Amino acid sequence: MTAHPSPFALGLIAPDSAPIHLPEPFLRWFAQHGWAPRPHQLELLSKAETGASVLLIAPTGAGKTLAGFLPALVDLSRRRRRKPGERPRGVHTLYISPLKALATDIARNLERPVEEIGLAVTMETRTGDTSQVRRQRQKLKPPDILLTTPEQLALLIAGKDAADFFSDLRYVVFDELHSLVTSKRGHLLALGLARLRKLRPELQTIGLSATVSEPAELCRWLVAQTPGAAPEADLITVEGGAKPDISILESEERVPWQGHTARYALPEIYEAIKAHKTTLLFVNTRSQAELLFQELWRINDDTLPIALHHGSLDVGQRRKVEAAMARNELRAVVATSTLDLGIDWGDVDLVIHVGAPKGASRLAQRIGRANHRMDEPSKAILVPANRFEVMECRAALDANYLGHQDTPPLRDGALDVLAQHVLGMAVAAPFRTEDLYEEVTSAAPYASLARETFERIVEFVATGGYALKVYERYAKIRLTADGTWRLTHPRFAQQYRMNAGTIIEAPMLEIRMIRRRTASAIARGGRALGKIEEAFLETLSPGDTFLFAGEVLRFEGIHETSCLVTKAASEEPKVPYYGGSKFPLTTYLAKEVRAMLADPARWSALPDQVRDWLSLQKLKSVIPGPNDLLVETFPNGRMFHMVLYPFEGRLAHQTLGMLLTRRLERARAMPLGFVATDYSISIWGRRDIGEMIAGGSLSLDALFDEDMLGDDLESWMADSWLLKRSFRQCAVISGLIEKRHPGQEKTGRQVTVSSDLVYDVLRAHEPDHILMQATWADAATGLLDVSRVSDLLARVKHHIVHIDLDQISPLAVPVMLEIGRESVVGEARDADLRDASREAMIALAMGEPGG
Amino acid sequence: MTLQPHAYALSHAGEVCLCALLPQRSRAPTLAIRPSSRPNGNETRIKQRDMRAMNALARRRSQGECAALEIALAGERVACDPSGVLYLPAEDCLVVSDLHLEKGAAFARRGMFLPPYDTAATLSLLALCLDRYSPARVVCLGDSFHDRKGAALMPASERDTLAGLMRGRDWVWIAGNHDPEPPQGIGGETLLEMTIGALAFRHEPSAGLRRGEVSGHLHPVARLAGRGSRRACFATDGARMILPSFGVTTGGLNVLDRAFHGLFDMPRALACMIGHAGIYPVRFGSLARG
Repeated sequence: MTAHPSPFALGLIAPDSAPIHLPEPFLRWFAQHGWAPRPHQLELLSKAETGASVLLIAPTGAGKTLAGFLPALVDLSRRRRRKPGERPRGVHTLYISPLKALATDIARNLERPVEEIGLAVTMETRTGDTSQVRRQRQKLKPPDILLTTPEQLALLIAGKDAADFFSDLRYVVFDELHSLVTSKRGHLLALGLARLRKLRPELQTIGLSATVSEPAELCRWLVAQTPGAAPEADLITVEGGAKPDISILESEERVPWQGHTARYALPEIYEAIKAHKTTLLFVNTRSQAELLFQELWRINDDTLPIALHHGSLDVGQRRKVEAAMARNELRAVVATSTLDLGIDWGDVDLVIHVGAPKGASRLAQRIGRANHRMDEPSKAILVPANRFEVMECRAALDANYLGHQDTPPLRDGALDVLAQHVLGMAVAAPFRTEDLYEEVTSAAPYASLARETFERIVEFVATGGYALKVYERYAKIRLTADGTWRLTHPRFAQQYRMNAGTIIEAPMLEIRMIRRRTASAIARGGRALGKIEEAFLETLSPGDTFLFAGEVLRFEGIHETSCLVTKAASEEPKVPYYGGSKFPLTTYLAKEVRAMLADPARWSALPDQVRDWLSLQKLKSVIPGPNDLLVETFPNGRMFHMVLYPFEGRLAHQTLGMLLTRRLERARAMPLGFVATDYSISIWGRRDIGEMIAGGSLSLDALFDEDMLGDDLESWMADSWLLKRSFRQCAVISGLIEKRHPGQEKTGRQVTVSSDLVYDVLRAHEPDHILMQATWADAATGLLDVSRVSDLLARVKHHIVHIDLDQISPLAVPVMLEIGRESVVGEARDADLRDASREAMIALAMGEPGG
Repeated sequence: MTLQPHAYALSHAGEVCLCALLPQRSRAPTLAIRPSSRPNGNETRIKQRDMRAMNALARRRSQGECAALEIALAGERVACDPSGVLYLPAEDCLVVSDLHLEKGAAFARRGMFLPPYDTAATLSLLALCLDRYSPARVVCLGDSFHDRKGAALMPASERDTLAGLMRGRDWVWIAGNHDPEPPQGIGGETLLEMTIGALAFRHEPSAGLRRGEVSGHLHPVARLAGRGSRRACFATDGARMILPSFGVTTGGLNVLDRAFHGLFDMPRALACMIGHAGIYPVRFGSLARG
């Protein structure tokens, strides 16, 4: 490694062997800087030159980005000049990243080598933030390299001029492919790639990825799939660099039983920031980021420049933080996942992870941010927020050393995404069913899609696909005499463009800071701070305070689509709630935590207080074996509790809790409620479950029998709010319900039809509608973690260890502490209504209302 | 904090099902002087029930089986039925608001293919109400059709169902903002406003306090402070009343929203909230936004 700091994270090595395949200007450029290309960069180039598509798996700091662009840059350097009068060239290379910020960052970093090598190459970004004028110009005069996002690609291929625009396309580079492919965005992107291949069959793809557990999946994703074969792209794997130097914070303070704030460790975190040049602090949710940032500033006696970065902040604010970071002006940045992809930063020399990372691969990714050079060890400190997290951090840490991967398996392409794509393709040009089917099934996630399902989706796009055919006359696309499906009206093209994409956000309002609440101040608006969920604002009354963008704000009211706030004097804000950014514990890590718990020899790696806690558990109850499911029963107050410890993550636990409670009801155990954490479940009720088990009236084997995933699951799920939430997403992505409509306001309020009510009507009248099928598939994987519950039930068969106790066990303390904080989900009780109405009812009985 | 694990309380879910699983029986509407709600003594029975939350349509059906809440409105006795209709016993008149028939079709005309089953579902709920009360007269308080084309383009089967419901009764369509003209080819009488005794019926509430006005349009819903979900409600201060929307795919607007400002004498204002097992009057002071 040279001492040169590289703006491009080239990860170069000293020139000892003469590089091959590289044109003279490139060689000269490398030499000028005293660098040489890395072997994998050259290998990728030579494979690409043979016409192959390639997947490059390399750790952070290995010079992945340059490797990905090298084939394109070399090809562009050999291109002859365009003669005057010749038609403008289309895009040569498309670069697709999961984040707008990453596209911008890569563009900035590419400029320098392009300029220094002296290449006549134009580069531009195109994201949701790109102005309309610039987008138009890009269509007329495409850049050689276009850096963009999956949503923009969907819009580009749906354009009438797509064939021209991409007529010279040679390479598509997918950055951070591992993170793109696991979501519906990845499905949409795979379909977009299939269309690009149809436009340009010679197209080559280059995938850049961090280490994943199943590289073959990504290799298939990159190339066209054909019936009966599963071709793969070439694979280049670069082994990991220096082992990261990770430690778990050994706090002098007491590690709390539960909670996720890690407030106890703040002074120690602050000291660590002081002791390093630049620190990145990762947390799992935006509200945690806000809180940590606030708390750090409270004790920031040295007024260190500490900044905040998360996805809800205003773009301008984020750019400022990113720029200051690149200039090495900051000492610390508190960030969420918006930063954990490969954005290149200044000299970060420490990563602090607050809270458990929930997955070993995620931890590796985040830690990779420190010392963005492969040959130097990254330095990281994990700060567990509670005692179970201490074990989880330890397990994640061991995994990172061992190089274990726990990236989630890829799932089949979602049908709602397919519906959106089908409309997009009709917007682009008329299509034949068989042609589009062939194209779609060449995309890896849809390789096994049945023709019949595809046709149902086309029907769905055309008229809603209902058994009752009453919408024929309103069809969006119609089969014409020449056998092609055609758009019936241009306004549906407009509608498509307004609704494209798979990111469904909760309705958000812009937060604007005003000085005083006067009419003129309200009319002028004020400084934009970012966006916040409407649902959260609805819980506020004017005068309430909350934390956002690192400031305590006073809610003044809502004006049109803005939330108006003033600076608050109050120190104790209500924290904003952001849904949907919680990660489930990965299966792998859960297994590791169980193994650690089961093996007292490994406890020595844990801090004293955690070790004492586990020892106490051993004394008072039982330490379960690695494959055991421990079930404890004990009385507590007037209730009887059953606590189990599956360690399968909150989602799976919620599902399991709901199913077990139903069974306990049938067994007349009279359960009253349950609470689920990432680690355990507690169910409570009026009857002594321990006694029922001892007396033989309740069998644990029967209680945990796998058949609960059949009818029980189905009947519970069908009407649950979880399924309705899935349905809403499917309805919007598939185009059944619009995100927004031309001419309408942009707030979520304008979606005047409640998807919940639509769901109820559809379920009552056509329960096997294609969109219901899509909803079930989503809910089973995403929201309910059904497969994990299923694996769990199979695993614990004949391995259930029950112990009946006189009182709460040490291990049960964290979940028991959560009980008082439960929130009632779903329908409210009539009992509440009855209580609230008592007084008014008496008044009514006596005479007039309010009397 | 935001990271609370979710917990479920079961008793309410049991209650949800109580009504659905009770044997269906048809009975004459009960007009209780004191509002009756299901007694708590059913608890063990509830506990043995399946605790699935219910489909909204099934819930609506079962709610219709519960007792109505009778109150005095501008001196007239009226019954707020948990099915969402208002019954005037002295006039044998049933009032229903915001049916929004053919809403699915209206959206389909704009390229959003909502399920084409909403009209049938709404009419079947209305049929249950008509069966139970057998009113001589029905007043639909406007927005009976979701758009102007709705009535004319309504499929034959729904058209027949509606005709069956209208047969043998006086039927009045009050004009709404969605359906300002008489519904084409449907029959009945279309009026802008009408008066029965001390009560005046119109679609949109007029501004300010109005004694004896019965209207719809705003789709009132209410939520208890600190707890629970939104429930459709009859909003009243004893002088005027705003009916909940009846159509199965109609949303709601919180009674604390600006649109309701100035319409009620606040100290006397009540939201008669439609619960799973009855209808519950709650003072506006005990309600929350959202």
